[in-house]
Amino acid sequence: MSLMEHDHLLFQGADWDFGLIQRIHDAIETIGVGEMGLDVYPNQIEVITAEQMLDAYASIGMPLFYKHWSFGKRFALHEASYRQGFMGLAYEIVINSNPCISYIMEENSATMQTLVIAHAAFGHNHFFKNNYLFREWTDADGILDYLEFAKGYITRCEERYGHAAVERVLDAAHALMSHGVHRYPRKKRPDLRSEERREKERHLHLEQTFNDLWRTVPTKGAAAKPQLSDERRRALLELPQENLLYFLEKSAPRLQPWQREILRIVRQIAQYFYPQRQTKVMNEGCATYCHYRIMTRLHETGQISDGSFLEFLQSHTNVTRQPEYDDPHYGGINPYALGFGMMQDIERICIKPTAEDREWFPEIAGRGDAMAVLRDVWANYRDESFISQYLSPHLMRQWRMFHLVDDPDQPELRIEAIHDERGYRRLRRSLSRHYDVGWSDPDIQVIDVDLAGDRRLILHHHVLNRTLLHKDDAQRVLQMVANLWGYAVVLKEVEPATGAIFQEHVAHPHETLF
Amino acid sequence: MYIIDRRLNPGGKSLANRQRFLRRAKAQIQRAVRQTAGDRDITDLERGGEVTIPADGVREPSFRRSGEGGVHDHILPGNKRFVEGDTIDRPPGGGGGSSTGGDNGEGEDDFRFALTRDEFLDLFLDDLELPDLAKRRVATVETQGMRRAGYTVTGSPVNLALLRSMRNALSRRIAMRRPKPEELLRLQEEIECLEKQEGPSDQLTALRQELEQLKLRTKRFPYIDPLDLRYRRFEPVSRPVAQAVMFCLMDVSGSMTEHMKDLAKRFYMLLYIFLTRRYKHVEIVFIRHTHEAKEVDEETFFNSPETGGTVVSSALREMQRIVEERYSPDSWNIYAAQASDGDNSPNDGSTSAALLRDVILPVCQYYAYLEVGSDSDRMQTGFINHKTSLWQTYETLQEQGANLAMRKVNHRREIYPVFRELFRRRDAEAGARVP
Repeated sequence: MSLMEHDHLLFQGADWDFGLIQRIHDAIETIGVGEMGLDVYPNQIEVITAEQMLDAYASIGMPLFYKHWSFGKRFALHEASYRQGFMGLAYEIVINSNPCISYIMEENSATMQTLVIAHAAFGHNHFFKNNYLFREWTDADGILDYLEFAKGYITRCEERYGHAAVERVLDAAHALMSHGVHRYPRKKRPDLRSEERREKERHLHLEQTFNDLWRTVPTKGAAAKPQLSDERRRALLELPQENLLYFLEKSAPRLQPWQREILRIVRQIAQYFYPQRQTKVMNEGCATYCHYRIMTRLHETGQISDGSFLEFLQSHTNVTRQPEYDDPHYGGINPYALGFGMMQDIERICIKPTAEDREWFPEIAGRGDAMAVLRDVWANYRDESFISQYLSPHLMRQWRMFHLVDDPDQPELRIEAIHDERGYRRLRRSLSRHYDVGWSDPDIQVIDVDLAGDRRLILHHHVLNRTLLHKDDAQRVLQMVANLWGYAVVLKEVEPATGAIFQEHVAHPHETLF
Repeated sequence: MYIIDRRLNPGGKSLANRQRFLRRAKAQIQRAVRQTAGDRDITDLERGGEVTIPADGVREPSFRRSGEGGVHDHILPGNKRFVEGDTIDRPPGGGGGSSTGGDNGEGEDDFRFALTRDEFLDLFLDDLELPDLAKRRVATVETQGMRRAGYTVTGSPVNLALLRSMRNALSRRIAMRRPKPEELLRLQEEIECLEKQEGPSDQLTALRQELEQLKLRTKRFPYIDPLDLRYRRFEPVSRPVAQAVMFCLMDVSGSMTEHMKDLAKRFYMLLYIFLTRRYKHVEIVFIRHTHEAKEVDEETFFNSPETGGTVVSSALREMQRIVEERYSPDSWNIYAAQASDGDNSPNDGSTSAALLRDVILPVCQYYAYLEVGSDSDRMQTGFINHKTSLWQTYETLQEQGANLAMRKVNHRREIYPVFRELFRRRDAEAGARVP
């Protein structure tokens, strides 16, 4: 290696310091923003220790969070497996906020820090800023302030109403977290910054008004009370409602204002994380593709040495490894591998399309500018639509995918489709359905409230694919719903097509709880 | 871009979460700790470590689909020989659907995690105590202690409450409108200014007069006045005697097998951990005996070997001597725990009984006797209740109403339960006894 080439190297060996991190960031920025056209939030890189990483794990990666025993449980779990060496820690955690915060571990080598910055501070960052789901559902500017408010609010509640009371509300709210999101856009965009002010306004408003629906004082003359029509009542309560937390927050008759606010906090946080669940493959695919491009360019321009590049490749291939189904290490489809594979495949289709690609992807085949296509994809799709649109026959063949059906009525398992002309579309359709949260989460809705009678709340689970709820868990969660609601709750598992009821769960509130 | 070094931030951010978690699962963790403690080497107890609790109590339920029923389909990579329409026999044991059951990583498995040493011992020793710690007989002869009790206007300089005094001074200065130094300075400057300008003299005089007055006022109301001073006040309180001494008497004679010695040592080790962690002011006296008894330090007590015949009364005499010398029963709570295999030389039985009844038991709050047996004894205990000579002696004493607890252990598993029995908190009894 000549002296000249040496001069370009960002670093040699594994050591790094803060000046180097800055230089690495700048070099990556030149490639990422300059060459690849990434559009990112300003970066904030925080160096942390292993213990702090475990801390961050415990509170779902957020830098500050309210206190709850389940986070302690998670910490204990992670810590035990980390100490025994069953689990390595992630190299980074990145937070969808503005500025975008990435945590990097102190024990990473210089190469790993480069990889991590390229992956998190540019790949994920670009995705957070541009993907439509994140733009629609999350408020990157406000999240940190909101978490600060949430933490303080819950601490104040604990001081005022006692740990046990707050814990019960949080337990119930956490149990309903998966059913505490709006799945369709609402009139207003989320604005977490004003949440703190709005909490106070709501409080005032509640003190000044009261909901006529819950009038219990008998009026003069029995006939004077006009019956609300069913339609009107449902409209007032915004029924049917699939956001259970929202419904309980707004309509549960017996909750205290602070209890409603806690439900709201958990709901806001669930909503904030909702896009992440729907874009696992794309998000990781985007970040992995970015770091791969950036690291390759750094190597090509002589900014990292061959040794560093090999070190990078080793961990890159570890991350994107996809064991086959009969491999003892097989644990489902690796989102890093699938995402990266698909991104690379799109690049290939843009640059070197085959006849098959031209037939399957006429709009992008041979377009040449792969980055423009990818940026468009990253902005406008989620996992489900992304896979159903862009999983190519080439990749299905490469992975040798097949579709296995397990029908309990049949004595044997059946191969429904394989990677051939007849199977491509069916394979793609059923794989994309796996990533549809509407398919994987049970569809539970508040259907009605028996206002005239015993105020029983009626929930329906629209059974999909004849799979009922996990009975034990359903009963526990329903108990919590009943406690929040304050009256009996019934959950019916209904076949949507015929209206047949498979099963009915009932829970009555514990009077002592709230 | 910003780089922030968070490494120096205080750690233990999730400590509060951990405490909440431990509180939540306390009953289960305690059970687990006791179970682990039984299997564990006792010297290991001080180390904390892993416990396993059933996942049920710390479950976080959610509405999720059960793994059963319905058609499951899987997209799998790595097809080798299948073509469309092939059928495969179900894998034995549950069928293909079962693997998707615990999809969020929350199986029904037990929950395993590590406790720190302090957490472990706290849970381990929770609800144990030395019985009857405040001596009723000497409850009237109390020791005197001091306690903070507000402020006073007199006192010695060491007790000066500086903050409180300065606050008083400040409020007095404000109330009395003592001129501030800046005010004086400003006035002075103004005068100098006027002097230089040689302006109208009546204004100058007025200012001078004002300055004079302010200076006088400053002198009259000092910055700090004896009135302001406050002293921390202490008042004497009487505390019941809470100093205690534990006598550990161990038989190390030739008849004690290694197994028995091991049991006895484990018992004392447990006792030692319990006392040193739970009580600040408990002294421990180690006495070991063969045909003669000697007071030893803890190192020798637990580790050094010795052998010989057995005369129990020698240990009791040694204890009597030490009590007389150092631990007057008037001001000490005295406890004793004796471990032996139950053998005693035949002519010593009555001596020991008399000594115990007349001398030792009257000064003791609590006397625990632990008999260690060999591992094989356990099998026979069912039908022939073989009683050792010492056991018989003590049993007679107990029947006569002596305050004496007796237990027998054969296996190290039994040590912890027996220990708990001997030292568990006797709230109900204590409550009944207090008049």
